[in-house]
Amino acid sequence: MYSKKVIQHFQNPKNMGKMKNPDSVGEAGNPQCGDVMKIYLKVSVGRIKDISFETMGCVSAIATSSMITELAKERTLAEAEKITYQDVVNELGELPPVKVHCAGMAVAALKKAIENYCKSH
Amino acid sequence: MKALKKIYLDNAATTPVDPVVSAKMRPYFSQKYGNASSVHQLGEEARRAVEAARRQTANFLGCLSEEVYFTSGATESDNWAIGGVAEKMASRGIKKPHLITSAIEHKAVLEPCQVLEKKGWAELTVLPVNKDGLVEVKELEKSIRKDTVLVSVMFANSEIGTIQPIKEIGQLLKKLNAGRKEKIYFHTDAVQAINYLSCKVDELGVDLLSLSGHKIYGPKGVGVLYLRKGTAISPLIRGGGHERGMRSGTENVAGIVGLGEAIKRISPARGAQVKKLRNKLITGILKDIPDVILNGSLRERLPNNAHFSFAGAEGESVVFVLSRKGVFTSTGSACASHSLSPSHVLSAIGLAPEQSHISVRFTLGKQTTAAEIDYVLRILPPIIERLRKIAGYKSVKVRPRY
Ligand code: FES
Repeated sequence: MYSKKVIQHFQNPKNMGKMKNPDSVGEAGNPQCGDVMKIYLKVSVGRIKDISFETMGCVSAIATSSMITELAKERTLAEAEKITYQDVVNELGELPPVKVHCAGMAVAALKKAIENYCKSH
Repeated sequence: MKALKKIYLDNAATTPVDPVVSAKMRPYFSQKYGNASSVHQLGEEARRAVEAARRQTANFLGCLSEEVYFTSGATESDNWAIGGVAEKMASRGIKKPHLITSAIEHKAVLEPCQVLEKKGWAELTVLPVNKDGLVEVKELEKSIRKDTVLVSVMFANSEIGTIQPIKEIGQLLKKLNAGRKEKIYFHTDAVQAINYLSCKVDELGVDLLSLSGHKIYGPKGVGVLYLRKGTAISPLIRGGGHERGMRSGTENVAGIVGLGEAIKRISPARGAQVKKLRNKLITGILKDIPDVILNGSLRERLPNNAHFSFAGAEGESVVFVLSRKGVFTSTGSACASHSLSPSHVLSAIGLAPEQSHISVRFTLGKQTTAAEIDYVLRILPPIIERLRKIAGYKSVKVRPRY
């Protein structure tokens, strides 16, 4: 059901865990089924210096969280904001159709984190 | 490399075919391949095999052979029971016959009931269950009306394994029926119960009963609908008039032979053995993993079922990691369903979506060993621990060990 790459990211997620003193946090989820995703950011001169995530969700949610943190790392906020769920899916190879919305959740959490950063800085 | 273990703890989904059963079936594919309706020798041979399986089934149910109808499986049996009784009653002039069922039925019962209601061909009461997952007989009694024609309540639930008070319901209906002009028929989906509970139809007081081959170490694609003699029901599948005109379609001879053999091999000892291992699993999990809830009544429960909610660990992820380690289970999490909605059974017992989200079902079988349970108990705590870490979940209790 899941591609090799998805499984890799699920088994060994990158940038996993809560961040100490983040510059910003973004949260997204589907309260209906209980999925929650948090993205933590450290930003320096408009660039994402550090990023991490916490995700309570399915295999796909965990893999996409991991992937999006990889994609966003070292990017400027403007670049990171443009990452779409399609980018995440493409990077992972593929996702089962019912699981594409999990990638959407990852994008939403990142956007929220960036938005929260911009608001407070 | 060591071959990957295969620890199958999803026996409520399906069971492996017992080798004795498949050996009995084998000749009926390419040697004794006759059509049971043919008059020649090959046909006669097939007919004899079908009738032997019918007797085996009747023996098990404590009914007459002619009350046993072979189908393609319990989904067909359920659809037939609901649709067939409703149709027959409508043809007898009952405008909108009233059906009663429960909120934790299999979809094969719920869906046909809901469709009849939607089309305006029947009225429907769906009984709630209490938090243990049990239908309250008093509630059922209250919902009975003058135009009630059918009550359908499953014997044991497939997800949480709870056992419904079928005998009590049977007694209640018998009492009520004594004073009624049109009888209320009683149907039970006994698919999950067959392995472990006595299914003598007279003791249960049921008029219709569904069962399936593949949950009892028999083949897929074959099932039974028991119909008490005199039950008012129309056929669902029409055609060449097989099964005494009630269920058309050339008999699945090999499947029927397998079903008969599988039924013959059911022994009461099966339950005791499985229960010991299941209890070992429950005790072990509750001891070694903090923040776990066992869902459903522990007392009124099939001996092979254990169903947990692991806080902070999404069910599909748990099932996935277990599967990578050779342990096969299932979940009621919305993430794992086609519709992305949580299991209707878990919702009916009052679990919030977040709790279904973290649910995992283990269903043991006759092939389960103590060593397998030990293995699961060894690998599960770190799996949960890891997913909780990814989720940023902080345990509220102190962990006994890691
Ligand atoms: S998190 Fe629920 S489906 Fe992916």
